[in-house]
Amino acid sequence: MRVPLRWLSEYVDLVLEPEELARRLTTAGVEVGEIITAGDWQNIVVGEVVKVDKHPNADRLTLPTVDIGGGEKRQVVCGAPNIAVGQKIAYAAVGARLLDGHSGDAIVLRTAKIRGVESQGMVCSEKELGLGEAHEGILVLSPEAPVGAPLSEVLGDTVFDFDLTPNRPDLFSIIGIAREVAALTGQKVRDPSIQYEEKGAAVKGRAKVTVADPDLCPRYVGALIEGLKVGPSPDWMQERLSAAGLRPINNIVDITNYVMLEMGQPLHAFDYDRLADHHIIVRRAEAGEKMELIDGSKHTFTNEMLLIADAERSVAVAGVMGGFDSEVTEDTKAVLLEAANFSGPNIRRTSNALKVRTDASTRFEKGLSQHLPPVAAARAIKLMVDHAGGEAAKGVIDQHPGKAKEGRVTVTMERIVRVLGIELSTKRIREILTALGFGARWMPPDRFVVRVPYWRTDVSIADDVIEEIARIEGYDQLPTSQLRGQIPELVPQPRRDLRERVRDALADAGMQEIITYSLTDLESLRKVLPKEELAVAPPLRVSNPLSRQWEYARTTLRHALLETLASNLRGDQSLISLFEMARVYLPREDDLPNEVEMAFGIVSGREPDRWGRPTGEPAGFFAAKSRLDHVFAALRMTADYREATVSAYLPGRTAEVIVGGDRVGLIGEVHPQVVESFDIGREVGMFEVDLDALLPHVGEIVHFQPVSPYPAVEEDMAIVVAEDVAAGRALELIRASKLVANVSVFDVYSGEPIAAGKKSLAFAISYQAEGKTLSDADVAKERKRIVERLKRELNAELRA
Amino acid sequence: MASDTDIKQLEASALKDLDAASDGAALEEWRVTYLGRKGRLTGLLRSLASLSIEERRTVGRSANDLKKRLQEAYDWRIEHATKARVEQVIAGERRDVTLPGPPLPRGRLHPITQTMRDIVASLSGMGFQVAEGPEIEWDRYNFEALRIPQDHPARDMWDTLWIDYEKDGRHPMLMRTHTSPNQIRVMEQREPPIRIIVPGKCYRFEATDATHEWMLTQVEGLAVDEGISLTDLKGTLAEFARQMFGRDRKVGFRCDYFPFVEPGMECRIDCFICRGDGCRTCHHSGWIEILGAGMVHPEILANAGYDPERYTGFAFGMGVERIAMLRYGVDDIRHFYSNDLRFLRQF
Ligand SMILES: [Zn+2]
Repeated sequence: MRVPLRWLSEYVDLVLEPEELARRLTTAGVEVGEIITAGDWQNIVVGEVVKVDKHPNADRLTLPTVDIGGGEKRQVVCGAPNIAVGQKIAYAAVGARLLDGHSGDAIVLRTAKIRGVESQGMVCSEKELGLGEAHEGILVLSPEAPVGAPLSEVLGDTVFDFDLTPNRPDLFSIIGIAREVAALTGQKVRDPSIQYEEKGAAVKGRAKVTVADPDLCPRYVGALIEGLKVGPSPDWMQERLSAAGLRPINNIVDITNYVMLEMGQPLHAFDYDRLADHHIIVRRAEAGEKMELIDGSKHTFTNEMLLIADAERSVAVAGVMGGFDSEVTEDTKAVLLEAANFSGPNIRRTSNALKVRTDASTRFEKGLSQHLPPVAAARAIKLMVDHAGGEAAKGVIDQHPGKAKEGRVTVTMERIVRVLGIELSTKRIREILTALGFGARWMPPDRFVVRVPYWRTDVSIADDVIEEIARIEGYDQLPTSQLRGQIPELVPQPRRDLRERVRDALADAGMQEIITYSLTDLESLRKVLPKEELAVAPPLRVSNPLSRQWEYARTTLRHALLETLASNLRGDQSLISLFEMARVYLPREDDLPNEVEMAFGIVSGREPDRWGRPTGEPAGFFAAKSRLDHVFAALRMTADYREATVSAYLPGRTAEVIVGGDRVGLIGEVHPQVVESFDIGREVGMFEVDLDALLPHVGEIVHFQPVSPYPAVEEDMAIVVAEDVAAGRALELIRASKLVANVSVFDVYSGEPIAAGKKSLAFAISYQAEGKTLSDADVAKERKRIVERLKRELNAELRA
Repeated sequence: MASDTDIKQLEASALKDLDAASDGAALEEWRVTYLGRKGRLTGLLRSLASLSIEERRTVGRSANDLKKRLQEAYDWRIEHATKARVEQVIAGERRDVTLPGPPLPRGRLHPITQTMRDIVASLSGMGFQVAEGPEIEWDRYNFEALRIPQDHPARDMWDTLWIDYEKDGRHPMLMRTHTSPNQIRVMEQREPPIRIIVPGKCYRFEATDATHEWMLTQVEGLAVDEGISLTDLKGTLAEFARQMFGRDRKVGFRCDYFPFVEPGMECRIDCFICRGDGCRTCHHSGWIEILGAGMVHPEILANAGYDPERYTGFAFGMGVERIAMLRYGVDDIRHFYSNDLRFLRQF
């Protein structure tokens, strides 16, 4: 909403500088988004041309002498053909900042000799002042402009562009802003005149309004103005409309727009002679009904939408836009002026459905006052009588089927203290409320009965009134305090705790955290998920995606990590290891999706050498596994890995991650085909952990185990088994011995002298007993038992 | 029974063993054997108990002299041994101290995670507990229960991504546009006093530019109890702002509108770039908006089954990206989710 200050000052005295006024308004909740000034016109004043001499050296130039007030005169060089004695003009002194008449660049005016004659300043064109494009001739000011006055006082205007909140439809008007300014600066509002003479015959019997659907139209005021001469509106009105951002059209349309901007009530003027039977019917559309609107667009309506019709056809979409057939033209002689109140939600629904947003619909949808239409109608009639040669009919039609009660709110001092935390004097409260147009009656001993002014449709409860008091007083004027009272009982957040521990562990393992978008496209999901899965459980789709790229709620993060890896490859082999903690959205029948907390990690490139150069082994399965095991170690957990075949992963280098018997995740090398589809030309290790599945296994508090005082016996053992026997199996069997305190693999070997199809596994075993020092015999006995078990279960031979 | 002879024998064997000790471990073992608390010299001194006072005095003196001599011999060996090692290093095993150590892997948290943690830590310190909610929500929680009914003009404040799911001719499922719906969920389940924060991702149907992203991270706060007033809200936010942006920050408040609070406000800090004079960061206002807040609307308390005459509360919500941009001086919000490692590794 653009408000020119010159226009605003018609209704309230502006006693503050624009910047300070904007600051006060913004602080009070009426945000000035931008202050637009028409130009920086320092050193430019109104001058009067008192003499025009010929330039001695150039035919096209003249030497006007300009009276600039205070008895001072200046001779300048001028190239404008329209300069004449007696004109009031804009005189720029040396040092003034202007725009170059040709290039449009900002310049500072200097003393200059033009064809041998010195110019003491200059006479300005519109373009040089930044007012328009014209620069052939000088700008001629009104004859009333006072000589010597700064140009900004005569011409300049500052416009406030407001960012308003949707709860205050009353502020979408100059008068509404004036009321705020008045309350904030202690001034009085001057309401515009609505007095006019009713010279015409009675409207009764010559026009009729029927409100068929009063639920959507609580009030309809219709007024008849005849004898109109359609033409351009007065200059001052055109200037104001332009400054506020509306294009002048003709006097009738301009007046309806002017009053809408002035008072916030959208109006519509129908050509009276083009209304069948001069009868307005406010009704719901018939399903499939069609109409062409003023802007030339054609629409089909549903029976949810409210139309204005005459006896034969629809003539306007209520509160949105008029129809083409009934609009005011050059030939219009009489209009039926509509000032109505419509249901906000219905107007909004219609305007959204038709995709037609207008100055009218954006005001109606916020819920305007039912008391506004007759006031706004009177104002428009007055302007049509004064500026369009109109003759007002006697009386107006006022259908008011949905009369609203006057708003009254009781506000106790106790409530004010409860909400604001401090006591304000009754005097100050009354002062603020009165300044805003509220009525405030003190009811001893402890309350105000507040009458809400008709335009404040947003105020209905005590706390609304309290906000009014607080915002005008200024929130910054209120003291601050700290929360007291009981701190609520702790509600455990195990899911969050686990996620944050895993996040820390992954970063500790050298991985960089990334955050990627929750929405993706089907193409990306298809690359990393099996077809059947997408067919059986299709991901949730957004019905109004910003782009095809962000259309589906992801059910995995595989694609996101691969995409991020791909976008960070810089043509070398540097190790990149990334992780992300995020939710996936698994659809459920007729319910919100199951949002599962996941941890995904990816690693690719070569391990760094002593100098940090990527010369080591290419990172793949084991690089991923060491990082994932780091997480389990941080969680004081151990995971088992079971070879598995999973889509998107490379068979033979993929495992399920098992914790406490539950499958909690996957790990493996990414399938070469998938790697290729993301344009990553190298091996990639990846893991994914379902934190919700892991959660039940997260350990309770660690229980201390006494450290055995008896020494451990360390031994190595090598066995030969078939190639396909997993080391993990052997580890399990060795670990099953009560005397084995610790066991780890330290070598895997196949080749000479091991027989083909076999491999050698070497283990470091640490034997320890709880209650005694183990003798050689004890260890030998246990070793024998282990070897027998390995032989029995895995067909293993002890390696010599 | 100890005698001078014993002492002499002990000395001979000790010196011989000391001579033979070739490394640090052997020296330590020697020290334990001869000079330790349960060592041989101590054992010898213990056996003096059976001697006469006279003998005890003489032998005791010799034993103490021996202890001194052995300690000296040991110290000399230690010093000599380390000295030899030091000389060896100086002679040929110097390190170029400017060379790097072997690299250890370095991982960092995303700047949004880091900022989020600081926000949560600050508010946790004031008694606020984390309560998380779903990212895909019902219209009922995201809008209706927050006093933003169907066809309400305030819906324009949150352009919405709707899920393609129809029920009774409506689309009731959406990507949550703010973390506020979890206020309602928590109030449905708990009784006052309530002091929670809701961190999480939100989504908007919004074209991206340097200051707008369609995916964003928010932290919502809610406190409900008897006797909570606007001055408490101001105090809480002022303390939070100073913890996040520095103790010398000025904190200001202006009236603003959110349908679920009354009165509503916006919290601002004085611009730390221009110190209030006006610059590009603060749009020449001298102030930087950091969050929206207000007193919980009494209708919302009543809908939760709380008595709005007895309980009052406040709520606030902030964008984590915005806070991170201000803290780190990031000039374009799109950096956060483009995940360029050259950006992420700076934090
Ligand atoms: Zn600034």
